[in-house]
Order: sequence, then C-alpha cells, then structure tokens
Amino acid sequence: MTLLTVSSLAKRYVSGTRPVTALDDVSLTLDRGETLGLAGVSGSGKSTLARILLRLMPADGGMVRFEDDDWLSLSGTELRRRRARIQMVFQDVLSAFNPRATVGSVLDDPLRIHSRLKERDRRTEIAALLDRVGLQAALVTRSIHDVSGGQRQRVAIARAIATRPSLIVLDEAVSALDVSVRETILRLLVELQQERGIAYLFISHDLAVLRAVSHRIAVMDAGRIVECGPAGDVIERPRSDAARSLVAAVPRLVIRG
Amino acid sequence: MTLLCRMLNLRVTYHRQASAALDLSALDITAGERLAVIGESGSGKTTLARALAGLLPETARCEGEIRWTSEMPPQPGRDLGFVFQDPSSSLNPVLTVGEQVAEGARQHLNLSWSQAFRHARDLVASVGIPDPDSALNAYPHQFSGGQRQRLAIAAALSARPSILVADEITSALDMVVQAQLVALLDELVRQAAMTLIFVTHDIALASGLADRLVILKDGRLVECGATAQVLERPQSDYTRALIASHRTLSSRSLLPGSAA
Repeated sequence: MTLLTVSSLAKRYVSGTRPVTALDDVSLTLDRGETLGLAGVSGSGKSTLARILLRLMPADGGMVRFEDDDWLSLSGTELRRRRARIQMVFQDVLSAFNPRATVGSVLDDPLRIHSRLKERDRRTEIAALLDRVGLQAALVTRSIHDVSGGQRQRVAIARAIATRPSLIVLDEAVSALDVSVRETILRLLVELQQERGIAYLFISHDLAVLRAVSHRIAVMDAGRIVECGPAGDVIERPRSDAARSLVAAVPRLVIRG
Repeated sequence: MTLLCRMLNLRVTYHRQASAALDLSALDITAGERLAVIGESGSGKTTLARALAGLLPETARCEGEIRWTSEMPPQPGRDLGFVFQDPSSSLNPVLTVGEQVAEGARQHLNLSWSQAFRHARDLVASVGIPDPDSALNAYPHQFSGGQRQRLAIAAALSARPSILVADEITSALDMVVQAQLVALLDELVRQAAMTLIFVTHDIALASGLADRLVILKDGRLVECGATAQVLERPQSDYTRALIASHRTLSSRSLLPGSAA
C-alpha cells in the first residue's frame, strides 16, 4: 500500500553567486512498512529531499502525496497536526537537540505537542519509550550531553517513534556510531519497523549499511535519482556510474600475503 | 628494519579524568612502515597519535616515555606532518590556501616566500586540486570537504616530513571521497617513503593501506601484528568481534525473510 508518492520534485538555490540545482525532477514511491535506502555522495541532494519531506524547506516544484494528503499544500493547524506522521533522526544528534535538554524533556516535547496525554500518563509513556529502545528508565533526568553517543541515538529514535509516525527519515543516522553500536541500532530499527509498520527513508552514503536494512535502494547524483531497484540488484548489478562508484568505494577487508 | 621509536609504559591522563585515556606497556614503530591504529570511540587512538606528534594539551599528564632513535624527537610540521579529522577546523579560514601550504616549506626548508609558493603550487597539484594556481589564492571555504582534506594533506607535507600522522581523516567525508583520499595517501606515502600512522575506526579501510595493525580498546593495546596475520588469525575476542561486526556488501541483510 503506497504511503508516499513524490513526483517531479525540484529545488534550486544559490550558493554564494553560483546557482545550484539541488533536486531535479525527483520522483519516488514508498510503501507502508518499507525501507527505501537513499544513497549518494555529499551534495547529491539527499538531505534536501529529506528537508522538503519534513516541510523544513519549501520545494520549487513538484508534488508530494503522503497518507492521501497533498502534503506540500498543507498549512497552519492542519500541517501542525499532521507533522506527527513524519519524523526524522539526524546524524549529529548533539546539535539536533537543545543542548540544555534532558533525556526526559526530549521525549516529553513531542508527547505534549502531539498527544492528549496528561503529565502523569506522559511520564508512563516516556518510560515505555525508553524501555522500547533499550534504555534504563533512570536515564530520564540525565542531560542529553551526559549520555553516550549510542544512547543519544536511541533517545533520538525514541523521540521519533513517540508520535507514532508512519514514516521516519533517517539522515545518516548511524554514520557517526562505532561499528558495534551501529549494528545494535540497525537491528533496533528493523525490529521497530516490524512491530509498528513504520516506513523508513534511510539516507546514507554507505551502501553496506543500506544493504542491511533496505528493501529497495535509490541512488542520487547531482540532484537526480539515477537508479532505483531492489537492494540486492542495485548493489550486485549497478547500472549507473554513481551507483558503480558507490559500490566500488565500500572498503573491503583486504588480506594481503 | 630500523626502529623509529619505542613507547614504554606510556600513560596519558587528561585533566580532571580519573582513568588514563591511554595506557600502553610497549609499542615499537619501524621507520618506513604503515601502521594503522584502530579503535572505537574512547579507545585512545587519537591520544596515541597526538602523543607521538607532541600535540597533547598542556594539562594532560603524560607518564612513561617515547624513545625516538633520532637524537631529537621529530619536530611537528618539519619532521612530522599531521592531518586532522575535520579540515574545516584544522585549516585557517582567513589565510589563503597558498599561505597555509607554503608556510611549512618557508619555515623549515629555508625557502623564500616566492620559492615556497612555487613549492606549494606543486603540492596542491600533487594532491589533485584542479587549477592549482588559482587555488593558491582561494580560501578554504571555497572548496568542498574532500578538497579541503586534500589541501590539509598538502599543508602537512609542505616541509617534506618523514612521518605522516593521519587521524580519522575521512570520517567526515562520504565513501567515494574517502576511497579517493586513501588512494592519494597511499601514493604520496609510497613516493616519499614516509612512515605512516593511520588512525581509524574502520578495520577494512585500514586493511587496504597498512602493513601492521594496532588494535586499541579503552586505552589499552588489545592486539598488534602484521595486517594479514591479525585479520586471518585474530588473537583476541575483541578483534574477532570487530572483524565480525564489519558490514560488507555481501553481509546478510537484517530484514526478516531475506535470503542474502
């Protein structure tokens, strides 16, 4: 069942004096409960697409249908209400959160804004969210600065699922983590998807990570989607130059004599 | 094989920290080798790189010794080049590329500014920056992240050091740029027969570049040996786990019901 349909999305902006085409005729679809991996080098337009979907930035043209809404034309109260349905997890969580926030306040904000829960029920919900992402309830009073990188990324995931979204955009959400921590976060994301039927738009320049979690992979280059298909096909038989160079760039364990 | 330096009971503790960031009983570095220092965050890998380069903060307590076989420890900038993780903060935003790349040569190779600028131009060309003449007059912000890291490498090589320390130089960059930078480093180190200390969290990246691997965890040395030996016959559980958790394109998908 189609959750998201992006049609001919366009975005241009000016960097210094140089006009940049950030998105050029970008179209894609995403089903409920599906993960679409979005690969591409820096500057290929991945984050611009994410920002437009989150309604953090206007598009210059094109259309987005999300849960049967004309998503880009929503505004005011209606948009605020519907924002709960798409959430985002950023790469650098430390700069995404208010530096003075505690783990508890990070999770309380979306519940206060998007749910009708009373304070006491919100506390119960926060404890349940922490438990769901594998964190101790005692962390709730800790400053967001005062927890490890892996724990912080779990808090970011708990915050993202707090509003029961149908789509989470993960923008390089595991790139800054140590490999062992990264593996546990990837497993958590897959579990949550199974449990709640959440769709992911999983942005990464690392095809090995996308291979682990994606049903399909789309490859972006210079603002365009140059290739899109089942994850295994894109990695084993890349057709575009951009996909081929991403495949070639993944470091291999080299055992030399 | 000539010994370059020997670290003995090296213990580094940062200001107001109870436990040591690095606690090494012994580690030798051979002149001309490519040594990769591998570890996760908090393993002490950057502390090791900085201790070698004499770049620890003054407030850090450093016990034990680094015994260099040369009479004097290598002078940073002259005998030892250092490339940092984030070129946006390691390059000076208000100096031109030319000034920054020429400075090491001007300072340490007894060149005049105009000679040093010609030298800088060649260096900038050798790290693959297009149009090196105009690059010299440009500022760091005018370049992409990958190009900035190339320029940081050029600046580190300016005084023709015999040792190059590269501390997580690709972790802020995408994988395609990472592959290009590692290929560049490989070539430059080979040409100048430098000793390379390559600090990374990525064991696969290290395996393509280094002769020898040092694995650190929580400030301590877990394992050290020739690259092929460590990868084929890891001695410690930690190294085995590190190799196992490395994802490749052929690793199993985590999605339920997927065959591959």
